[in-house]
Amino acid sequence: MIEPSAASVVPTTDPSTYLPAQPISGDLTDQMLQTDFWTDELVASAGIPIIDVPFVTVGSGIGSFVTTDYLRIAGVPTSQIRVLGTLDRPWQTYEYLTRVSQVPRPERLRSDSASRPDNIWGFPSYGFAEGVRHGRLKVLWQLFSEPIFSDYYTPKAGEVFQQLEREANRIGYNEMHVKGLVRIVRRRYGGGYFTILTPPEGASATKRVAFRSQYVHLAVGYPGLKFLPELQRYRTEHNDYRHIVNAYEAHEHVYERLMQVPSTVIVRGGGIVASRVLQRLMDDRLLHGAQTNIVHLFRTYINGPNDGYGNETDPRPGGGKPRLTMRRRGGDGWAYQGFNYPKSVWGGQLKAQVRKLEGEQRAEIYKRMGGTNTPWRKLWQKQMNQGRREGWYTCVVGSVEDMQPHGDRIVNHVRTAQGTVPIEADFVIDCTGLEADIAEHRLLKDLLEHGGASRNPVGRLNVDRSFELIGTRSGIGVMYASGATTLGGYFPGVDTFLGLQVAAQEIYQDLAKRGFGKRIGPVRSTIQWWKWLAGSAP
Amino acid sequence: MLPTLNGRLQTRIFMLVVFGGLITLVLTPILPGGFEFDRESYKVTYLILATVLVLGIVWELIYHGIQQFRWEKDWPTMLGLITALNEGALVWLLLELGWIPGIDVENPSASVFWAFFIDFSVIWIAIWIWTNGPMRVPFIRWRFFGGRIV
Repeated sequence: MIEPSAASVVPTTDPSTYLPAQPISGDLTDQMLQTDFWTDELVASAGIPIIDVPFVTVGSGIGSFVTTDYLRIAGVPTSQIRVLGTLDRPWQTYEYLTRVSQVPRPERLRSDSASRPDNIWGFPSYGFAEGVRHGRLKVLWQLFSEPIFSDYYTPKAGEVFQQLEREANRIGYNEMHVKGLVRIVRRRYGGGYFTILTPPEGASATKRVAFRSQYVHLAVGYPGLKFLPELQRYRTEHNDYRHIVNAYEAHEHVYERLMQVPSTVIVRGGGIVASRVLQRLMDDRLLHGAQTNIVHLFRTYINGPNDGYGNETDPRPGGGKPRLTMRRRGGDGWAYQGFNYPKSVWGGQLKAQVRKLEGEQRAEIYKRMGGTNTPWRKLWQKQMNQGRREGWYTCVVGSVEDMQPHGDRIVNHVRTAQGTVPIEADFVIDCTGLEADIAEHRLLKDLLEHGGASRNPVGRLNVDRSFELIGTRSGIGVMYASGATTLGGYFPGVDTFLGLQVAAQEIYQDLAKRGFGKRIGPVRSTIQWWKWLAGSAP
Repeated sequence: MLPTLNGRLQTRIFMLVVFGGLITLVLTPILPGGFEFDRESYKVTYLILATVLVLGIVWELIYHGIQQFRWEKDWPTMLGLITALNEGALVWLLLELGWIPGIDVENPSASVFWAFFIDFSVIWIAIWIWTNGPMRVPFIRWRFFGGRIV
């Protein structure tokens, strides 16, 4: 559900469905909440039933799925793993976010061909499978010639979800999945952890259930996506949730309205979501007759070679220009890059380089290769060029100082290099994708306060090269974390499909060293791959 | 491909030794131009393979240098195939000039273009296909560590 006035636009689980109407036994006590290390007696005396399982992963999204997949392939039986979380299917949140941000199932994601969360080997890649299965030579040519003569191949969202479902069935995911909300993981006196699950109403005789495990893995995803402050202010002050929307909330009503009435839309942001939203607006105009005028508002306008600090000529700490070897293509406002990160963060030079960096140096390279960016795609270039030529797509560079209602429309006062200009529009679509602080997530906040976890140079959870959550060791117990909450660590691409697999590989390997699961050597790996291909259980 | 310099060199050596070695073993006796199942023929083909390997290490240094000018620091799939042209041409040139130690230019089978072309291309294509997919099956860490094998 989405709370209209909430700061976060990602649907959150409604806590009320997880709390029984009548007070029942087995709840957390004040003493427990104030204690960093719990004894077995403390949990038992609160009337909370204890379930023993060696490995627990919290989140139940794609991060939990990929990690579980690795462990299953490493020979861990389903009885030794529990996946805790509120999602019914691992790709549920992901599918929601991609769908509303204009990548429904038939459209293509921004993801590499070999980034397959349903296949730890990345072979056959999505592109190869698509090309061979459907006899599409064009796809095979694209794989061969990308990115020089073709756009990067990217898989269709629907294909990814279907394959995830196949793999989930293969590894017995549902046998391991326990539905419920997790807000607390505490260290156990004597080693290991207690993970407290609040099951859905009626699913358990007690309000909470404790999972006692040696290992815990956290993959709870984005703590939240926020609105730009001025947009949020306007929405609450004028009680207007219709005309100002975030690309990550359901906003189909905007496109429906635009089909009926010629209108002006302001699109804010210069990333992939802005590109997708623009494509939807332009498709509707070019193919379905909408008469939409699009004003694209950039805060930073990229006009040529750039890096994470901006244009070549933009000031940067320490002065100077981007190095000749660290320049990204750009133009017309956009910084162009195939995927969320320069490709080599997932396995090449940048991955090897960042793995060795600490503190400020690491933060610096994150900054240098970062910055908002989007892929250069032929279709998008064609549409934007036509829009510019015909005058229905214009760009403005600046920041919004004030927003005022004007009848049914909104006047945005934009401060530009030429002074403040008013821009009147019917709708504003925010595609800036501002992320919330990790402390906004209750589980992470609790870990920072009571679990020994700390922040990395970028402010997210501090994990080691093995994705162990630094400072949370509990006797023989180890806690790991992967995904968006760990951005800023020794490995940069954590919040991506392939990043989750890189993390899962490190975690599985660390666990195998501790005796949990087997090592996936060349023989095991090859046998397991054939099993994957045949669709038989690992 | 997302190679690091170390990974490039390791993958190059591994592939040429394993695939190059096996394919040359099978292919040599059936190459056109007087090749036979004998010591002399194998000496020629394996010396050429060794030349490709040694020069390949120098080529990898050059490719690594070129890669530095790519923002992504990747090595597109296509380049992995078309670098066969420059590498093959150089080895053929050295062969023709008689600069490959141990190979006698007067030996007729050493300067049969088609024999060289077939042996070189088959090995190259087999390696290119293997590195762009199946290699990831037995070695799950290989693609995440820049092509390193150890």
